[in-house]
Amino acid sequence: MPSLNDLQIRIKSVQSTRKITKAKQMVAAAKLRKAEEAANAARPYAERMERVLANLAAGVSSASAPKLLAGTGSDQVHLLVIATAERGLCGGFNSSIVRKAREEIIRLQGDGKQVKILTVGKKGREQLKRLYGELMIDHISLAGIKSVGFENAQEISDMILGLFKEGGFDVCTLFFGKFKNVMTQIPTAQQVIPAKAPEGVEVRDLDGAIYTYEPDEEAILESLLPRFIGVQVFKALLENQASEQAASMAAMDNATRNAGDMIDKLQLQFNRARQAKITTELIEIIAGAESV
Amino acid sequence: MAKLMFHLVSPASEFFSGEVDQVNIPGADGDFGVLANHTPLMTSVDSGVLVVINGSDEQRIYVSGGFAEITADGLTVLAEFALPEAELKGEALAHAKERAETSLKLADTPAAIIAAQRAVDALAAY
Repeated sequence: MPSLNDLQIRIKSVQSTRKITKAKQMVAAAKLRKAEEAANAARPYAERMERVLANLAAGVSSASAPKLLAGTGSDQVHLLVIATAERGLCGGFNSSIVRKAREEIIRLQGDGKQVKILTVGKKGREQLKRLYGELMIDHISLAGIKSVGFENAQEISDMILGLFKEGGFDVCTLFFGKFKNVMTQIPTAQQVIPAKAPEGVEVRDLDGAIYTYEPDEEAILESLLPRFIGVQVFKALLENQASEQAASMAAMDNATRNAGDMIDKLQLQFNRARQAKITTELIEIIAGAESV
Repeated sequence: MAKLMFHLVSPASEFFSGEVDQVNIPGADGDFGVLANHTPLMTSVDSGVLVVINGSDEQRIYVSGGFAEITADGLTVLAEFALPEAELKGEALAHAKERAETSLKLADTPAAIIAAQRAVDALAAY
């Protein structure tokens, strides 16, 4: 049976924990709103880019298509780009992305493929280092970046494209947490190289008119594809950012509620113990008075 | 005069959207102006100043790296980077210059080198 003093100390400690989780929850809520706004602001660019690419890809024969679109003709070496958060305290967000990536690694290795890993964000790197440290080729840190900008995405896509040019891999897949809504974030694997022409995008009908291309179709496609990959990375980073904050908010909300329950329970225990002590003292006094 | 529907979109936001008279674009094969009812055209856009003309009003916007798509619905410019020319100074200018010089270093095809060199030249004037 803990003493009154012990109980009081525990209540105080849980109360201050609750204060911290509550504050973290509110910070995450504010950041989530900003992250969602950023994701929404980026949408028109990505959507138009997809439409332009779908239009172009439909018109270019597969024989003359650039390697980024058609692939290298092999799928022996896979590059997995695993994007996670820089910070913890966001529930199962990082682990679920890592789990998804790990399943993929096991599947690819089972098929006898070679796997290379590029991590973005500290948490994913920490979780994968022990098992797959020797597969990691590089790491990109997003620490100290308040809100991801297009330059950050470009840095990553430049690195991917550089590797591709050197023949470092055949297929590149991007792992990130897709933001569905505040309650649900889906760990997602998206293939970026060879680029898949977006599906479900309407190929624009020009009523019989045809596009004039300057300089020509292939030149445009060639300069568009690297940008398209940059956009996809950017979109993934933004989704990741929103998902992280949403997961963090949910986790902190849970923690705050648990702390509240714990305080209630401890308070009850404390009151009982205090009452028991008073009763014992009273009995002693009465017994003493009677014996006189 | 018929108006041209014009959108300028950058990854960070929809930069400009509205009806204008004319837009001058720094295209890969030279500058060109777009009026309403232009024939469908797709071209890559070099670094340079894009001019939006609406009546007597003229907006000058620095863009770098992107595409212009002209359809019956209007003109859409996708630019990786867009900034009003007036704001192109100090830190933003230094940043843009740095980006242009990096892309010149990375360029490996003749077309890419020409485009990157043009971007550096365009910024040297500021």
